[in-house]
Amino acid sequence: MADKKVRYLKSIDIDTKADRYCRFRKKGFKYIDYKDADFLLMLCNPQGKILPRRLTGTSLKYQRKASQAIKKARHLALMPYVADNLH
Amino acid sequence: MNRYETVFIMTPVLSAEQVAETVEKYRAVILKNGGKTIHEDAWGLKKLAYPIQKKSTGFYHLIEWEAEGTAVLPFETEFRRDERILRFLTTAMDKHHVAYAESRRDKSNRKAEPKAEAEVVVEAPAKAPASKEDGSKTEAKA
Repeated sequence: MADKKVRYLKSIDIDTKADRYCRFRKKGFKYIDYKDADFLLMLCNPQGKILPRRLTGTSLKYQRKASQAIKKARHLALMPYVADNLH
Repeated sequence: MNRYETVFIMTPVLSAEQVAETVEKYRAVILKNGGKTIHEDAWGLKKLAYPIQKKSTGFYHLIEWEAEGTAVLPFETEFRRDERILRFLTTAMDKHHVAYAESRRDKSNRKAEPKAEAEVVVEAPAKAPASKEDGSKTEAKA
């Protein structure tokens, strides 16, 4: 506990700290639609990989739902499994 | 009775009648297994995000249906046996999914007939301020 101050597991963000919030929680999402590929694209990087929570700020509850939705969309060929330049 | 939503992709080589015929077949399968169709949506010919069976496009069709859980397996078996089907996905709908699907349907209905009295406005204003806030935030950041 005492040495908590000196150990950094990730880089210290000075000035770069944008306030992160869960967009799903904020807007009161109840259900994330797997058919809405354009929306799910926001949660992916240009290679089509699902962005981690630590970057998007999504809460765990919604990250689980979103990742399931993305995987369903991929199965139905609404989104690519691998891509070169999505955005 | 559970609610299910099935999206399936048919090969692009089918003619319009053949597509209608295929869809009719699955409607009949649902009926045969003691279910009923609640809503249907033909998305038409869409480009696939990646080729499936060397096809790069396909006819998408969505069926929302209601049946006992035992009806799902025979329904999906039909898809697996059918060569016209490239892909299918059946999802069990929970109450939020049902609410979402219905509100979306209402929305598209309202668009079709703009005079129709809106009953489900509840969701629209709730969403609007949130997005506005979001917009202002991103502006501030920029």
